[in-house]
Amino acid sequence: MNPLNPLVLSLTRRAFLGRSSAGMGMLALASLLDPGVLRGAPTRLPSDRWQGVVNPLHLAPKAKRVIYLYMAGGPSHLETFDYRPRLAQMHGKPMPDSLTRGQPIAQLQGAKLTCFAPQHPFKKCGQSGQEIAEIFPQLSQVADDLCIIRSLKTEAINHDPAHTFMNTGTTISGRPAMGSWLWYGLGCQSENLPGFVVMTSTGRAGQQQPISARQWHSGFLPSRFQGVEFRSKGEPVLYVKNPKGIDAQRQRDVVDAVRQLNELQNKVVEDPEIATRIAQYEMAFRMQTSVPELMDLSKESKKILDLYGTSGGDGSFAANCLLARRLAERGVRFIQLYHRDWDHHGNIKNDVKVTAGEVDRGAAALLRDLKARGMLDETLVIWGGEFGRTPMAQGSGRDHHMKGFSIWMAGGGIKGGITHGSTDDFGYNAVEDVVTVHDMHATMLHLLGVDHKRLTYKFQGRDFRLTDVHGNVVKKILA
Amino acid sequence: MRTNNWLRMVMIGAALVSLAGLARSEAPLPRVVEFNHHVRPILSDNCFACHGPDENTRKGNLRLDTEEGVLGARKEGKVIVPGEPERSELYLRLIGHGDRQRMPPARFGKKPTAQQIAIVRRWIEQGAKWQKHWSLLAARRHEVPRIEGSTWGRNAIDAFILARLEQEGLKPSAEADRRTLIRRLSFDLLGLPPTPEQVDAFLADPAPDAYEKLVDRLLNSKHYGERLAQYWLDLVRYADTGGYHSDNHRDIALYRDYVIDAFNTNKPFDQFTLEQLAGDLLPQATRAQKIASGYNRLLMTTEEGGAQEKEYRAKYAADRVRNVSVVWLGLTMGCAECHDHKFDPIQSKEFYRFAAFFADVQERAVGRQVQDRLPTPEQAQQLKAIDEKIAVLQKRLNTITPELEKAQAEWEKTQMGKERKGLPREIGAILNTEPAQRTPRQKEALANYHRSITPLLQSVRQELAEVQKAKADLLAKIPATLITSAGAPRMMRVLPRGNWLDDSGEVVAPGVPASLAPALSVKNRRATRLDLAQWMVAPENPLVARVFVNRLWKLTFGQGIVRTLDDFGSQGTWPSHPQLLDWLAVEFRESGWDIKKMMRLLVTSATYRQASTVNAELRQRDPYNYLLARQARFRLDAELVRDNALSISGLLNETIGGPSVKPYQPAGYWAMLNFPKREWQNDSGANLYRRGLYTYWCRTFPHPSLVAFDAPSREECTVERPRSNTPLQALVLLNDPIYVEAARAFAERIVKEGGSTPESRIQFAFRQAVNRRAVAEEVKIVAALYQKHRAQFQGDRAAAAALLTIGAHPLPREIDPVELAAWTSVARVVLNLHETITRN
Repeated sequence: MNPLNPLVLSLTRRAFLGRSSAGMGMLALASLLDPGVLRGAPTRLPSDRWQGVVNPLHLAPKAKRVIYLYMAGGPSHLETFDYRPRLAQMHGKPMPDSLTRGQPIAQLQGAKLTCFAPQHPFKKCGQSGQEIAEIFPQLSQVADDLCIIRSLKTEAINHDPAHTFMNTGTTISGRPAMGSWLWYGLGCQSENLPGFVVMTSTGRAGQQQPISARQWHSGFLPSRFQGVEFRSKGEPVLYVKNPKGIDAQRQRDVVDAVRQLNELQNKVVEDPEIATRIAQYEMAFRMQTSVPELMDLSKESKKILDLYGTSGGDGSFAANCLLARRLAERGVRFIQLYHRDWDHHGNIKNDVKVTAGEVDRGAAALLRDLKARGMLDETLVIWGGEFGRTPMAQGSGRDHHMKGFSIWMAGGGIKGGITHGSTDDFGYNAVEDVVTVHDMHATMLHLLGVDHKRLTYKFQGRDFRLTDVHGNVVKKILA
Repeated sequence: MRTNNWLRMVMIGAALVSLAGLARSEAPLPRVVEFNHHVRPILSDNCFACHGPDENTRKGNLRLDTEEGVLGARKEGKVIVPGEPERSELYLRLIGHGDRQRMPPARFGKKPTAQQIAIVRRWIEQGAKWQKHWSLLAARRHEVPRIEGSTWGRNAIDAFILARLEQEGLKPSAEADRRTLIRRLSFDLLGLPPTPEQVDAFLADPAPDAYEKLVDRLLNSKHYGERLAQYWLDLVRYADTGGYHSDNHRDIALYRDYVIDAFNTNKPFDQFTLEQLAGDLLPQATRAQKIASGYNRLLMTTEEGGAQEKEYRAKYAADRVRNVSVVWLGLTMGCAECHDHKFDPIQSKEFYRFAAFFADVQERAVGRQVQDRLPTPEQAQQLKAIDEKIAVLQKRLNTITPELEKAQAEWEKTQMGKERKGLPREIGAILNTEPAQRTPRQKEALANYHRSITPLLQSVRQELAEVQKAKADLLAKIPATLITSAGAPRMMRVLPRGNWLDDSGEVVAPGVPASLAPALSVKNRRATRLDLAQWMVAPENPLVARVFVNRLWKLTFGQGIVRTLDDFGSQGTWPSHPQLLDWLAVEFRESGWDIKKMMRLLVTSATYRQASTVNAELRQRDPYNYLLARQARFRLDAELVRDNALSISGLLNETIGGPSVKPYQPAGYWAMLNFPKREWQNDSGANLYRRGLYTYWCRTFPHPSLVAFDAPSREECTVERPRSNTPLQALVLLNDPIYVEAARAFAERIVKEGGSTPESRIQFAFRQAVNRRAVAEEVKIVAALYQKHRAQFQGDRAAAAALLTIGAHPLPREIDPVELAAWTSVARVVLNLHETITRN
């Protein structure tokens, strides 16, 4: 019997599979479209690479992938990208009641609200004259690549729900993260790596706010679209290292024996899940080589290491940035780097400088490196946190703030060197060209060739999307 | 070969077409179009968003989810003229006739297929008979179909299944062989594989009711409760941590153990419902009922600084509505938090009325929840005995006797005129006072002090200290848990658009949606959680019994009769066997909500006993297995993958219940947790080998090897886990230390119990893991690996030694490490087989 027959026969079933069977219908199709498999080439095992449901794309794409520099804790827009001289003049005076009355507030509940001046000077940078705080000496030099959005707003004021909102478009748990949506929608370009990779780093200032794995969970999407955490310390991916005493060849022997026995069993029961299982063991085995190779920075040139300011293995944000470039080169669709040290409730003058220093060089190096390799045009880079910080003082720091804050975008399809939108004179409310989180998601999807209204998944009787029932593409920032 | 290739291309082509959703439209139109089955899903999906229950977004004053709306008089003209599609506006709009705008509008992104439009047309032609949504009508006991000339079938279930198969011209599959049956039953009822001895006993049992005896043995096993509990815990989102932000620990294991016990003792489902929703409100609530009421506390809670109380009160209220409505009613009431439900007759106001049932639950909106300590009956007994003993001793210490008075007088004399070291100042002052001058209080204080030091009472004091220590020890052992205590209900307002800052909404009292029977009416008082629970299990409630039997069906057949286990509303799927579902629901209710009886009914049916293999015709005709002409084949759930490996290897610790346990977890996995920072400490000893359902459930970072196999975070209700098949699963089974350790423990058994030849040992391994003999070719593959690795480990004894130190299981000294390492390779292969982790 031709071992391919069960696969082919299974196609009708698998092609139809809906949510109840985890939506794996495309898998067998992907296998069958592999020419090696069609020729029946004996050495080639079926590939299980996910091709995406938006296939072909809705729109001509401007970017192929996203690198999301997630500044967890809530960076103060007032000390980074939103220059507010009026706030400096008002320092120590009461905040206008008209702005704050009846508005939700986090730790300043019940406190007297006074204006707090920006703690660091800004300067005009690049040919575009973008205003950036001086605590970002490196990013200032790539200002002409940045599109600074000063008018973002969100809907949650505490870290946990605000992270969930930023990643999934809702504060209710159980919905897919944006990286999962992208992997599901667009597929992955790598045979050896997942489509959604997460890395984390921790700084030395501020409060190290916890982050939940919920932030990279696939929610109601099939769980294969869950973000995979790559770790710069310990095993790079959980369980990717062989057990002690088992070298690569011994592991290969075990995987081979498992495959042969699974193939024999498949002749008896013709279960398409077995073909998938075989493919997944192959992928797992490849990951055991490809992941350590990926994480090993020893072959990077000294020039590159100097650019990023790391030699790797230090768990730093800069090292993660360099790894992000390597992941991008290998076809990973969504790469998310969390740096979680931006929660500056007190002593913000010093601490925001420390934290900015932790990300400045890495982020700028990433943009330069991508550009030098001709990859920036096809890579969307986003920098931002879950919310901003209050113009009001909380002692020597600032509280959480959701009504107006800043992020920046760069790369594929983005107009560099512009500042989009504005908050009011106090940096309190986003008032001009307001961008909601859903708008930001819609724009990201648009750049990748996806109409955000058409990337849907049926759950509990409803067609869900990343943008819920909201979201408009921010046309003004498109190149 | 050429033909084969051609055939493949055709089939791929067909698959591509079906992927585009076109193949379905080629199915023939139903002869008789039934509104509920055929038409409502089309209207619901395409029209209800603008012409449905939500009056705030309803367009053109047109409503298509009610009989009145579809068939009633309208000044704009008739929506439907029964029998005449060409005069029915609904149909004309669907086809965009003349200059009418085609509906739904293109920007809405929905386009009914030609097939769907044809169905609507035929429905109108056939008289446009309206039906209320099926799940809101009372279930009735349909007559069991009688099939002429058929001998197939063992109980009523089979008659319903066979009747449908006959309609489709299909035949049921043959009965599975006994090895498959016992394996299937063991996984479905216990979540554990059968031992080879159990398989042999079943194979050898000549009794005509051997199967039924097996079923009864399994239903009476203490592991049955664990298996059912595991599913229930997904529904109610049971976890060991609070979920939001710092995600701190809370004691709640007693609730889990209550659920296990409830299934094991076959607590009727109505009682199970009452106790969880309102155990605290039952008269003279027992300890178990209080523990059960912990259900209301299972939701995610926050301790985040700066969280606003009011916001979290609103979150918690909504969370409870979402959970209760999906778990018991199979309704997505959560959709009505911000607006009237788009598809089902649930108003936003009714969402908040439903939430108001729980407004009496006492809890902290922000901060660490208060835990209650609930002694077991034995502990309560011991505590009482200890307290009595303490009282007796205390009394002896407090009682003044002549002997003591004498001793005191002597002691006082010894204290006179000397430097009194170590005496409390107050006592010294009294001693300095002339006895006659001392006040009664001073006298008493002095006597008390004397009794606390006199050697006469030394033994009593020592005994008291010992008993008090025993009491402290006992108290420390009394488990804590979260229970529900009722208090003054918080005010519940409708939150416009779900906005918790908006205080303009109407204040509402507890109530159930008006569209759901029966009406819930209480006189001159506020309705309570107990009223809600009683309403759910009232015979007129159309949903609760159907929803629960559908869940049992999913456990035994792999998917529900209603596929959407969380949605019995109009966007949910039409039941594959509506009459059977109703029959089962009535049977369940009338049995006194007897869960074991229903499980027995399901698993003793001929439908259940079918083989799961699939032939080409079935694959073509019924790829989803909607019609049940075969059994299902699927991967074991995450916890069961673990339990299975531990059981096969002999490592499994079968203890039931107790605090959650911590098996091996990669270091640093919790690094992103904070407030406080935590490091997972592996348990030691036998607790390393407990069943998966006892694994510590941290919501923000659930155990990664369970997550890899689709275990949910239990933040929200999970009615159905995906069954994914991913590379991470391969990495877990190959490399997670518990699976390597299981392999080496299994290898030890293979060497010790599997006879002396490689062949007999391989057969032993297969019988343990997949309950069958290996075929010659399998033996050859495995034997080759064994020989190869044996030779290699011979030359690399250090590698063998390293492999054999993984995990805490002691190394057997009597087996040559090279031999054991080689068999460990074999055991790893067998534990990684697809068949090993598959229930079929």
